[in-house]
Amino acid sequence: MSLKQLTIFVENKQGTLVDITDILAKNNVNMRALSIADTEDFGILRLIVDNNDVATKALHDAGYLIKMTDVVGVKIGDQPGKLSKALEVLDEAKINMEYLYAFMARTEKHAYVVLRVADNDAAEKALENAGFHMITDADVDKL
Amino acid sequence: MEKRYYQKEIETMPVEEIKKLQSEKLVKQVKHVYENVPYYKNLMDEKGVTPDDIKGIEDLHKLPFLTKADLRDAYPYGLLAKPLNECVRIHSTSGTTGRRVVAFYTQHDVDLWEDCCARAIVAAGGSNEDVLQVAYGYGLFTGGAGLHGGGHKVGCLTLPMSSGNTDRQIQFMMDLNSTILCCTPSYAAYMGESLKEQGYTPDQIPLKAGIFGAEAWTNEMRHQIEETLGIKAYDIYGLTETSGPGVSFECEEQTGMHINEDHFLAEIIDPDTGEVLPEGSKGELVFTALDKEAFPLLRYRTRDICVLTREKCSCGRTFIKMAKPMGRSDDMLIIRGVNVFPSQIETVLLNEGYQPNYQIIIDRVKNNDTFDVLVEMNPEKFSDTVSGITAQEKSLANAMKIMLGINPAVHLVAPKSIARSEGKAVRVVDKRKLYD
Repeated sequence: MSLKQLTIFVENKQGTLVDITDILAKNNVNMRALSIADTEDFGILRLIVDNNDVATKALHDAGYLIKMTDVVGVKIGDQPGKLSKALEVLDEAKINMEYLYAFMARTEKHAYVVLRVADNDAAEKALENAGFHMITDADVDKL
Repeated sequence: MEKRYYQKEIETMPVEEIKKLQSEKLVKQVKHVYENVPYYKNLMDEKGVTPDDIKGIEDLHKLPFLTKADLRDAYPYGLLAKPLNECVRIHSTSGTTGRRVVAFYTQHDVDLWEDCCARAIVAAGGSNEDVLQVAYGYGLFTGGAGLHGGGHKVGCLTLPMSSGNTDRQIQFMMDLNSTILCCTPSYAAYMGESLKEQGYTPDQIPLKAGIFGAEAWTNEMRHQIEETLGIKAYDIYGLTETSGPGVSFECEEQTGMHINEDHFLAEIIDPDTGEVLPEGSKGELVFTALDKEAFPLLRYRTRDICVLTREKCSCGRTFIKMAKPMGRSDDMLIIRGVNVFPSQIETVLLNEGYQPNYQIIIDRVKNNDTFDVLVEMNPEKFSDTVSGITAQEKSLANAMKIMLGINPAVHLVAPKSIARSEGKAVRVVDKRKLYD
């Protein structure tokens, strides 16, 4: 598995998010992608960063509940219909998806989609067979 | 209004005669318990008291107390004073095996309990002309059975509705002209709101009175219920350990509950020292059952904080009056009429693999208790999906429901986020206004 996501439990309290981004900034961690799932009671912050170890330690030391989650990162062309194509592949392979979020690259003409699915290996295999390229933590560092 | 009683000669007996009667019964009862309950005999022996030392109610203070912990230690048969083949009924409090109380009744015990409830119904204006809607829970809970039995004794047309199914409650009430409603005050308030929503005005509602108990309620709540339902609302008090509802009841004066003193001897003690306090003092209420055969608790500490007063009552009853309980001397909570101990929540969390870091938040919204439990997330169980976390919350809520008998809303929160004061977590936040 090649792409790691940081997952952080966030209480619905004022100032929590800014506290987290502050800690990351002070530790010189760069965020590549960010997504929040929120409910009435709590939020789940999902981050792709350039330095997982530093970010994890800093947030853990600050008392945050944080864990690393394996996710699938897939590179797709920055054109209409490209995401649909990728999702169709997963659908055909009958792989259930929990959530996804996307981010744009600065240099390349590509978008990146982060997928959390029931079976990462199967999803990567199906997407690769359909001609998609996966991204790794090493790729993220270069972005 | 014509003054009426269910058992006039007892309910209006001169105080000196009541005390004489209590003394006679106490002497007999202590002998019965000493001879038949080894558990209590041991307590008496430890204190160096024998039945011969108890010559009347003035000697009551010599007897050892019983507490909920004794009931737990003696579970299930340790305080039973009659052979099981002479018992006809069991009732039980809600709660875990550890906290559960099982009480046994002979036919005689059921009869005197129902007499107590019948007195409460008549004091609320009930007669054989009335339709008594019993919306207390039926089953192990004493509420349903007690008022039901009392209703029969009075000759009321008794509707054994049990609790819940409000639409059906309202339909029966309106179609069959219920005149007296028996349930918890919060359920009465809820029914009042529902009737209002369905467009019924107080003068269209056939009820004239309500007998409400099993949970704390303020006079403010009483006025609200009285107004919405167009009734007079009477308080009733009791606990499974002593029999059930009907240990004391309100008369039309609504200034405290008359204790059925021919059956229950009441004391107020200092909860810290156990010292008996003079009449009119605020302290913990202690009951001695004078007539019960199967489960005759002597000096049982209720943990309810209360005041007793014996003033002449305009209703003509001479029984001493207890104020509405003003609090508890232990950590028991009564939520939606169900007894809840914080330690039960702790047990569930430990069983389910969580640290016992939690906070119970109780409120009363539109006269209904809300029950929320905040639980600190176990880092090992932290899921990156919303469905994963809500599934944990549901599974915890379900385990608590099995333990407590009522359903909490469980909210997982971040580790170490529950407020701690001086290093000790605040376990209970009760926002309800329960006591006047």
